[in-house]
Amino acid sequence: MAATTFSTEPLELAARILAMAEAAGAEQADAVAVTSTNASTTVRLQKLEKVSESTARSVGLRVILGGRQATVSTSDVSDAALDEAVRTAMELAQISEHDPFAGLADPGMQARSEPQLALFDEQIPELDGDHRLGQALACEQSALDADARISNSGGATFSTSVSSFALVDTNGFSGTYADTSASMWVEVMAQEDDGQMRNAGWSTSERSLHRLDDAADVGREAAARALRQLGAAKATTCEVPVVWEPRMAAGLAGIVSGAASGEALYRRATFLAEREQEEIASPLLTIVDDGRLSGRLGSRPFDGEGVVTRRNALIESGVFQGFLFDSYNARRLDAASTGSAWRSVGGLPQIGSGNLSIEAGETSPERIIADIEDGLYLTTLMGFGVNYTTGDFSRGAAGIWIRNGELAEPVQEINVSGNLLEMLGRIDAVGSDAQWFGATSAPTLRMSRMTVSGA
Amino acid sequence: MSDTPADVIGFYSSQLGVDEAAAESVLASALGRGGSFAELYFEHKRSGSLSFEDQQVKSTQASLSQGVGIRVVEGDAIGYAYTEDLSLDAMRRAAETAAQIAHGSQDADAVDVTAESYSVDRYAIASPSTSTPLANKVELLRRADEAARAWHSSIARVDASMVDEEKRVLIVRSDGRMVADYQPLLRFNVSCLSELDGERRNARWGGGGRMGMAYFNDHSPESLAEEAARQAVLQQEAREAPAGTFPVVLAAGDSGILLHEAVGHGLEADFNRKGTSNYSDRIGQPVASGLVTVIDDATLDRSRGSVNVDDEGELAGRNLLIENGQLAAYMQDRISSDHYSVAPSGNGRRQSFRHAPMPRMTNTYMTAGQDDPEDLVRRVDYGIFCKAFSGGQVNITNGDFVFSVTEGYLIENGQITAPIRDVNLIGNGPDVLSKVTGVGHDLEMSDGRWTCGKSGQSVPVGVGIPTVLVSGITVGGTQMRSGAGMSA
Repeated sequence: MAATTFSTEPLELAARILAMAEAAGAEQADAVAVTSTNASTTVRLQKLEKVSESTARSVGLRVILGGRQATVSTSDVSDAALDEAVRTAMELAQISEHDPFAGLADPGMQARSEPQLALFDEQIPELDGDHRLGQALACEQSALDADARISNSGGATFSTSVSSFALVDTNGFSGTYADTSASMWVEVMAQEDDGQMRNAGWSTSERSLHRLDDAADVGREAAARALRQLGAAKATTCEVPVVWEPRMAAGLAGIVSGAASGEALYRRATFLAEREQEEIASPLLTIVDDGRLSGRLGSRPFDGEGVVTRRNALIESGVFQGFLFDSYNARRLDAASTGSAWRSVGGLPQIGSGNLSIEAGETSPERIIADIEDGLYLTTLMGFGVNYTTGDFSRGAAGIWIRNGELAEPVQEINVSGNLLEMLGRIDAVGSDAQWFGATSAPTLRMSRMTVSGA
Repeated sequence: MSDTPADVIGFYSSQLGVDEAAAESVLASALGRGGSFAELYFEHKRSGSLSFEDQQVKSTQASLSQGVGIRVVEGDAIGYAYTEDLSLDAMRRAAETAAQIAHGSQDADAVDVTAESYSVDRYAIASPSTSTPLANKVELLRRADEAARAWHSSIARVDASMVDEEKRVLIVRSDGRMVADYQPLLRFNVSCLSELDGERRNARWGGGGRMGMAYFNDHSPESLAEEAARQAVLQQEAREAPAGTFPVVLAAGDSGILLHEAVGHGLEADFNRKGTSNYSDRIGQPVASGLVTVIDDATLDRSRGSVNVDDEGELAGRNLLIENGQLAAYMQDRISSDHYSVAPSGNGRRQSFRHAPMPRMTNTYMTAGQDDPEDLVRRVDYGIFCKAFSGGQVNITNGDFVFSVTEGYLIENGQITAPIRDVNLIGNGPDVLSKVTGVGHDLEMSDGRWTCGKSGQSVPVGVGIPTVLVSGITVGGTQMRSGAGMSA
């Protein structure tokens, strides 16, 4: 693969379209450009299924004229196309209406130096297709070899990405950074004599190769998860303690972070509205967003508006600390940006977290289960049943039934439901086993009671 | 006027320098290592969006995305590469990357590309929304905002948006086929927040299709906005949903999401040829109640999921999936149809030139039955009536599927009574379809608001269903209630 390790192309491209916008009369403007080289190899049943490799590149521009803003983007970066994009942006801005809060980030909050965040693994651009193929084969092989009942495979994929991001604005900000990522994913099916198939997947994703889980471990984990679901049946409707395995707890952290979006607050579309500094969760729960952890997938030197990234506590010992903001929503609500703007080339900045962590507690996962006479160990959630406005939570699920302190038989085709405020309050144990899943780290959590619907 | 296929071919040739000779040259590079088949998918997409909140236009957006995706097939393995740069050099480099899936070196026979015409035209439009003056669109958003606020004094926020695109696709294959299509798409969205005594409830509604501004002739912005407002206000009175397994009546229209999840994905041929679907090897077998006939139909007039040709260049059509409860056929893409030695069904679709095609649904629906819809409700002693949804998901291997109900009601003694709060329903595909005990005569297609995700790729789809009674689905409410039955 002939990718360069660091491309100056995005910065040049962003600067070029910004200069054109200024020449065309934009009062304020910012431009983002991204290039990324993505390569992936998929195998299935130890045969090559798909190889792909491409370099993508696009540029986006936001212009603000008298408080009226518009955004444009193009993947055609010829002079003629950029010229047309600038013209379109100026025309679109005339249609927008005056918004006193529209604007660029406060220059005083923007990054002035680049910290060492270890976002780039020099090995990744040098990898050849054989490495990806070898890792995908090893990962799937380990899953297939785990047990005679592993009967089929959805395939294993190893993929890498090398990206450069650049942002420039008319206040003089100019920043660029490059990052890498690698990930591996496998799905296998377990089958017993009755013909019932149960599947499970497992994955690992990191900025650097040395942090990836071992291919064989990823395969074994997927196989173990498929095997333990063999014979899964519906549980009976009841109210019981529910233990969230770390991966499920990581999803819960994502829901909390979504509810803590300053835009959701502005829209009054979050159950966390007007609850700052209130105890909204169990004192055992602390959730932190941090955009500057070394080598993590959610880290970057500055956000989508150039604002310095930072650590933002969301929940500290059960007390809700506050919302995440980009500059626009911060101005609308008389708050300050938290360095939480994400920017794709094609639109306005959007609020999102960096790296999310639920802080580990002191209880071992075994101990958390040992107290439960009858309960659910939650390993799968399905569907979209989260209402951020009301906090109502109702989702499809699968897992393992807990009997007398031990994991007993697998269950599926059930629902778990509650209201998020009540659920967060009912967390009565936090595990010592925090684990990273991409940009989120979480331990095992126990909620003292949820409704489980089944037969 | 929208482009004809010949116009699209002319556009690529005159505006982008992509003509038959260029395509032949890129295909030669793609087959340079002996792949058995190659295909070029050119896409030129202009899209725009307008968003309206706080009673004013908040942002406007336009984007241009163009490029070519190159696929080389060797057996059932593929090499894939794309480039946004449509210069001959860049395209040939991408073709060489994709060619690496094959390991031969023989010179392929030169491809002789011929533009093919076809007679179907499922979404010709007189006035594309993408060339409509923005002021006209703003007026529609303003009307929606005013109508929602006027609907009820508790409506505290209205967010409305309009998104549209026009996509010109050109597909050129190593078998010489070259086809083009012009695909418009429009969507109008309204979101309302009702705030009453400190309690906040929200709802979204919207619609559209492969249409221009003519969409609004039959769907006023006011009617879409009032529907969103009505659902938000209704939620103020909603009570907790029950927990357990109960009879469920699905209203005609959007409830087609149940089919999309319960059988649709499971009948996509890629999962079946790999043996990973719970419907694998079940062609000809009963998989549903005899009352159930399911069709995937790309031919519906201007529907969100309709296409003239699929993204592999095959004519898209109407495919019977389940006939009177018996599994009739899978939805095929090229690789799967080769595997099964059947004709491609025109279901090879992809999100963009950056993605390889897969078997995907278009518009999927259940055909009408004999029952009076009101009678289906009367048959239920205690259960749930479902009308609007936020989404669904399926595990195609074990067959479990979910769908989230955002407008639902209790049915008590054969009557629809209180509205219930948001609730998820979970079932197992063949099990739930075997429990279909009544099918109304009122087939209705959803308005164009659904987007289907699979393996990281989103495509627009349609769903439809008549009123249907299912004798038992697990309802994920919070209200414990035991013992529920249903009279015949």
